[in-house]
Amino acid sequence: MRFRFNFLAPVVAVAACISAAAQTPDYKNVGRTPTAQEVQALDIAVSTEGKELPPGSGNAKTGARLYQQKCAACHGENQEGSAQAPKLVGGRGTLASLHPVMTAGSYWPFATTIFDYIRRAMPRYQEGSLKADEVYSLAAFILYRNDIIKEDDVIDATTLPKIKMPNRDGFIPQNLDEIHDYKKRGCKLGHCP
Amino acid sequence: MKPNDSGRRSFLKKSAALAGLAVGAARSAPGQTAAPENSPAWLKDLHGYGERSRFETSARLGAPGLYDPAPAGYHQDFGWRNPIQDSVGYITPASLHFVIAHGYEPPDIDPAEHHLLIHGLVEKPLIFSVDDLKRFPSVTRAHFLECNANGAPAGPTGRFRVSPDATAQDTHGFTSCSLWTGVPLSILLKHVGVKPEAKWIIGEGSEKGKHTKSIPIEKAMDDVFIAYGQNGEALRPQQGYPIRLLVPGWEGINNVKWLRKIKLVEEPYMGMWESTKYPSLRPDGLSRWFQFQMGPRTVITRPSGGQKLNGPGFYEISGLAWSGGGLVKSIEVSTDNGQTWREAEIQSPVFPKAHVRFGFGWDWNGEETILQSRCTDEVGERQPTVVELAKFWKVEPDFFVKTGTIPGHFNAIQPWKVNPDGSVQNAISF
Repeated sequence: MRFRFNFLAPVVAVAACISAAAQTPDYKNVGRTPTAQEVQALDIAVSTEGKELPPGSGNAKTGARLYQQKCAACHGENQEGSAQAPKLVGGRGTLASLHPVMTAGSYWPFATTIFDYIRRAMPRYQEGSLKADEVYSLAAFILYRNDIIKEDDVIDATTLPKIKMPNRDGFIPQNLDEIHDYKKRGCKLGHCP
Repeated sequence: MKPNDSGRRSFLKKSAALAGLAVGAARSAPGQTAAPENSPAWLKDLHGYGERSRFETSARLGAPGLYDPAPAGYHQDFGWRNPIQDSVGYITPASLHFVIAHGYEPPDIDPAEHHLLIHGLVEKPLIFSVDDLKRFPSVTRAHFLECNANGAPAGPTGRFRVSPDATAQDTHGFTSCSLWTGVPLSILLKHVGVKPEAKWIIGEGSEKGKHTKSIPIEKAMDDVFIAYGQNGEALRPQQGYPIRLLVPGWEGINNVKWLRKIKLVEEPYMGMWESTKYPSLRPDGLSRWFQFQMGPRTVITRPSGGQKLNGPGFYEISGLAWSGGGLVKSIEVSTDNGQTWREAEIQSPVFPKAHVRFGFGWDWNGEETILQSRCTDEVGERQPTVVELAKFWKVEPDFFVKTGTIPGHFNAIQPWKVNPDGSVQNAISF
């Protein structure tokens, strides 16, 4: 395999005396194994498949109450947005216009991003303060207000990644496996078709 | 151990002490290097750490032409622009490098407490201190960083960019170029052992918003590095102190500052910014996402918008060229509104994915004219006109100013109009 180390340590030691530059060192003892707690504390990114989602659940009813306490001051009583924070509902059917309204409901391709972003970055100035149940509830509330789920649907690690967002197919290329190849996509001059 | 190693170790110890003191400075004024009030006299002494002449006033500006601090409630997300019209050579001073962090202030990080975790689809996850990273071989490379929205003619600050009064800071202030020093990510990835199913890396920052970005493994193994140095000293807090990702030639958003974690995964994670704010919306309602690479681009910095020529006679036209595609191969200048183009002189070292300084001798006859520049990179791509760009986008040119979104990567040729009175104005038109 390509990224293996050179296990011929004695040979390396001898060769190092002759020409250090010609060898790939094994960088012995640089870095240490993280503890499980260290990894857990940092492992907050959620994939589109949702494998990293924590235990817990919520629905739009509990989310509505939390929203008024934690979110309404910036995002507005009715998710209409303000100078401080964007609108959270509506906008479907506006993307092909000169004034698209790009909300979680009209634009965001993955429901897992709603959970991930609320947990990592909301509420502003109290980032990281919400518990998993609260994040699920708020995600459920936003999805409900955008007519994507019903008010009493339970949102958790199983149900959230299964939600197909209205604009999931609105991105080019649609297939995630095709994104990485800039040239194959026909991108040039810093622009993709 | 070689004889000179002990000297180096005592140096490192001293550096660590200095780094500890610098934390106070970051707390009192994020991103600035002014000595903190409680620092010892020798650190306040300008013989210890210099300042520029009091006659030099070049400064970053908030994106809509405002100085920091922005008014209460104002979206700081729009960043601070590099005064590129005042630039000389090809390196941007760290203190003037443009700043965009989606509205987040730099976290106050003690490098002795900071770590980088590399985990996910690897043979052995490892955690590194900042000092650990400096035990690896280093690279020092000149690279530009450019914001996706640099020069966007529409969106929240579009009107400042298209105004006849726009300066080069308004039109091109979201690009900067530094000599970055750090450790190649490929060395770290080989050290932890990449599993074959790993196709992307996810970088994550330490600021309050914990910015996250997905980058393909091919790029990560190619020329990406983890930078701890900028222009010969430690990174500035506003540039990611103590460590950041450096992703040469790609949209600024990839260059995660205050880097704390890299996870190797199978697919892009679709973080909020990369999946909902940085895609570029087409008129048909579909979006291009993950456009990665910044295109070939130039700007004449002198004479440029807001400057004034002192009567007819000789002027050296000076500017910057760069391309995410690699080396800039040729730069041309037109002094007659694009009717004729002639090769400019390259006046700085040429590095791939870095700013290049060019010059072009010009005798101004005192009449109104339009100055333009364009470059061609090593893959043969030439900086487009507005019309050529519109054609590639399959839109009419006025789409770029009419759209309610941000037309990203807007690298069209920049025209500057020279008026008979010597004043210079932005002449971009759609």
